[in-house]
Amino acid sequence: MSQLFYDAAPNATRVSPEREADRHYPEKSEAVTLFGTCVVDLFFPEAGLDAIRLLEREGVRVHFPQEQSCCGQPAWTSGYRDEAKAVARKQLDILDRSGLPVVVPSGSCAGMFRHHYPALFADEPDTLKRVEALAERTFELTEFLLKVCKVQLADRGAPSRIALHTSCSARREMNTHLHARELLQQLEGVERVDHDHESECCGFGGTFSVRMPEVSGAMVKDKTRSLMDSGAVEMVTADGGCLMNINGSLEKQKQNFRGRHLASFLWERINGASAGEVA
Amino acid sequence: MSARGNILGKLRDSLAGTTPRPDEFDERLVTKPWRYAPGDRIARLRSLMEAVHTEVHQCRSDNWPELVAELLNKRNLTNLLCAPAKEHGRALQAYFEATEQRVELLAYDQPVEAWKEELFWNVEASLTGTLGGIAATGTLVLWPDRHEPRLMSLVPPVHIALLKASEIHDNLYDMMVSQDWAAGLPTNVLLVSGPSKTADIEQVLAYGAHGPRELIVLVLEDA
Amino acid sequence: MSQRIPVTELTPDFRGRAEEALADGQLRENFRVAMDSLMTKRANAFPDADEREGLRELGNRIKAGALSRLPDLLEQLEQKLTENGIKVHWAETIEEANNLVHDIIEARKGSQVVKGKSMVSEEMEMNDYLAERGIECLESDMGEYIVQLDNEKPSHIIMPAIHKNARQVSKLFHDKLGEPETEDVNQLIQIGRRTLRRKFMEADVGVSGVNFAVAETGTLLLVENEGNGRMSTTAPPVHIAVTGIEKVVPNLRDVVPLVSLLTRSALGQPITTYVNLISGPRKPDELDGPEEVHLVLLDNGRTGAFADAQMRQTLNCIRCGACMNHCPVYTRVGGHTYGEVYPGPIGKIITPHMAGLDKVPDHPSASSLCGACGEVCPVKIPIPELLQRLRQENVKDPEQPQQVKGGGAKYSRTERWIWRGWQMLNTRPALYRSFLWAATRFRALAPKKAGPWTENHSAPVPARRSLHDLAARHLDQNGGRPS
Repeated sequence: MSQLFYDAAPNATRVSPEREADRHYPEKSEAVTLFGTCVVDLFFPEAGLDAIRLLEREGVRVHFPQEQSCCGQPAWTSGYRDEAKAVARKQLDILDRSGLPVVVPSGSCAGMFRHHYPALFADEPDTLKRVEALAERTFELTEFLLKVCKVQLADRGAPSRIALHTSCSARREMNTHLHARELLQQLEGVERVDHDHESECCGFGGTFSVRMPEVSGAMVKDKTRSLMDSGAVEMVTADGGCLMNINGSLEKQKQNFRGRHLASFLWERINGASAGEVA
Repeated sequence: MSARGNILGKLRDSLAGTTPRPDEFDERLVTKPWRYAPGDRIARLRSLMEAVHTEVHQCRSDNWPELVAELLNKRNLTNLLCAPAKEHGRALQAYFEATEQRVELLAYDQPVEAWKEELFWNVEASLTGTLGGIAATGTLVLWPDRHEPRLMSLVPPVHIALLKASEIHDNLYDMMVSQDWAAGLPTNVLLVSGPSKTADIEQVLAYGAHGPRELIVLVLEDA
Repeated sequence: MSQRIPVTELTPDFRGRAEEALADGQLRENFRVAMDSLMTKRANAFPDADEREGLRELGNRIKAGALSRLPDLLEQLEQKLTENGIKVHWAETIEEANNLVHDIIEARKGSQVVKGKSMVSEEMEMNDYLAERGIECLESDMGEYIVQLDNEKPSHIIMPAIHKNARQVSKLFHDKLGEPETEDVNQLIQIGRRTLRRKFMEADVGVSGVNFAVAETGTLLLVENEGNGRMSTTAPPVHIAVTGIEKVVPNLRDVVPLVSLLTRSALGQPITTYVNLISGPRKPDELDGPEEVHLVLLDNGRTGAFADAQMRQTLNCIRCGACMNHCPVYTRVGGHTYGEVYPGPIGKIITPHMAGLDKVPDHPSASSLCGACGEVCPVKIPIPELLQRLRQENVKDPEQPQQVKGGGAKYSRTERWIWRGWQMLNTRPALYRSFLWAATRFRALAPKKAGPWTENHSAPVPARRSLHDLAARHLDQNGGRPS
């Protein structure tokens, strides 16, 4: 069943893409570009910095092009294709300048590069080639640490019990939901507990959370409830959007329970309780 | 223009310049996971059918009428619809006469219109043959005919089906292809995989929704 | 039947209905429990992921292959059915389809119709149409019967009465049928069985849907568990099947994987209790079965979806309902919130072609694009991708030619300008950095209310320094070398 392109006519009946083979990972490169993502940039910059530190610890030089902004996802999922495309084109130009592998501390933005940029530029054959190359060298942070850097984490933190929230993009677009688990498994003092309806969406969905606040609110309330009921002392996630959603809801509910970015959690664990420079 | 012309016209316009996709059917996908050693077929069929409240008995092809009488008597049933024109119907009739069973044997020998009321309200059980069985899904295959019409396996609250062990196929695809169904199907083909059921209220499973409350399968092995 | 079901008004107020549903604790509990159970059953029915994925791919290829030659297949189907003695009718609109059905019933001077479960007949609002003409059209699927009795519409395409619990059904049977109250599901089902058995016997016409129509053999295939489908298609003297034009498959063998995908995805069953293959009316030497069998092929917007190669994939649908079972939005708001015949993810992508996107403008946005629907779809419809496409069609300039019926309903000049501004911000690095600088320096001035966001969240406060700042400082200190 491989005759995907039996007919190039634009009105040809479509079939589902071939099942993705397990991703083949390259050798660790000397340097990477970190694409910070707009949410991390403005709300969780420490997580971005911890991602840089984790990469540097693996001997990888990190570039952070100052021209970068947003991957374009908010406009794309809102139906504003032209605007999304303009922003995407800009990021593509910036990321192509060095041509380095791109590491993203957020599953949904990595998913945007890998899966939605090709859709945005399907009508521009030359750009599409560049986009496909970008997709090929884009990695979600946990994936890059585990599969490319083959990171070995020595836990120096006190025993703790945590819940892991995996974003829908990481789970269903990037197939990286098991990577974060494996990283956490390396931490001797950390027990990861399951929570109820773990694979269910936290209700963020970008602009969904403001277009449908009633439904989105019900979803995040259920998610925070199951996280708190899991017996974990905190939640970690590798996705900025989910983190903003879940923490914002917890704060609104005046709960003490909080989530934080996996990068910060990992960095803290391998350095003992207090680490890193103060921002 | 007719509705037909408009619909087909629009579809054709939308496909202008395209090529039909090749046939990509892959029979391995519907056969390979569903193959069983000959000795395992009955067990597989049996466990699947029992899981959905079917009563399955294995018996010899020469002594099953005895079991039928026992099953009917245990339930205090007073009549049984069967097909005296068929071999198994004759065998049953002969046994019932010889042993002076009190259960009345009824035949479906007139158009349904002539005895609908009777069929719907007074017939307590029926017995039919089957074309075969399917191990993969725990299924009986029925090809109703003049002697065993369509409603015979549906309307009476208890349905007893005879299944020859040698007619149990691994999977539907094998059966369909080996018997070349595509060359011509009868008015009605039925795949039956248990008694009638519903889970429409609170997803609680209840048997005997509109069809038989009980399905009893007699697997006949050569005497 | 004394009361007729009011025709559902398609009001574009999804959010209002969602709010009501979310406030109904019983409803939410009913759906959560039911959807959890259906998800578990499906998962258990596909223990081998490779087998499941291979089969889904095959299902996708069969449906795509059929769509790639749909007009020819429909002609072949018509020819084979006609040879088999089944009369084929074509309808572009639901009015035409209802008319055809009515004419067939009139010709037999029929007054009682009994109906097996059919979503297309829901699409047609056939019960109302016939009731207005003095013909009783009674639902015989237990769930459909319950919702009809309560003057409601189905809330799920496979489990129509899933929003009700046994107590609610008991009360309904008590009020409408005078039956003693009981919360024993078995007893409730037996009440339905008794009532409907007489109807099957007396009906002049049976109506059903079709799960798959086989062009090769001229066969209509129906799956079901209750036996009401077999009753409706066998006991009355006339059988009318109604179906959408997308239900045709080329070969008989194609139904093997499709039925397996359907029953396992829908209910987690390896197969339904009954699979009913009908290839003709009663033959002269046969003793039962309908004397006449008709098939009404309905368009109702399907050719519109078909016209767009991306949207055409919507027509792969085999109506299993797995997308709604796995949808976190559907689970919370239930089927009635959608206000349309097809709820849930599949409803969101199919209704625009039937009713027009302007009738359901909020539906494409009522999704977090979490992808659970696309992940479980047995014929691999890329539902999130199609929702995203509908969002584009929704905000198109209504003055421009539309690719989807009723497109442009959510066009807003203001919103367009907001996104233009956002584009400018994100394509001009100096501007973006100034924005970051201002947002972090003046974080104390961040508004305490941020529109709908702060209904569910605390107000977002920017960090003291952006990652742009932190990264620049850090990388400077390290001279860009690994620390």
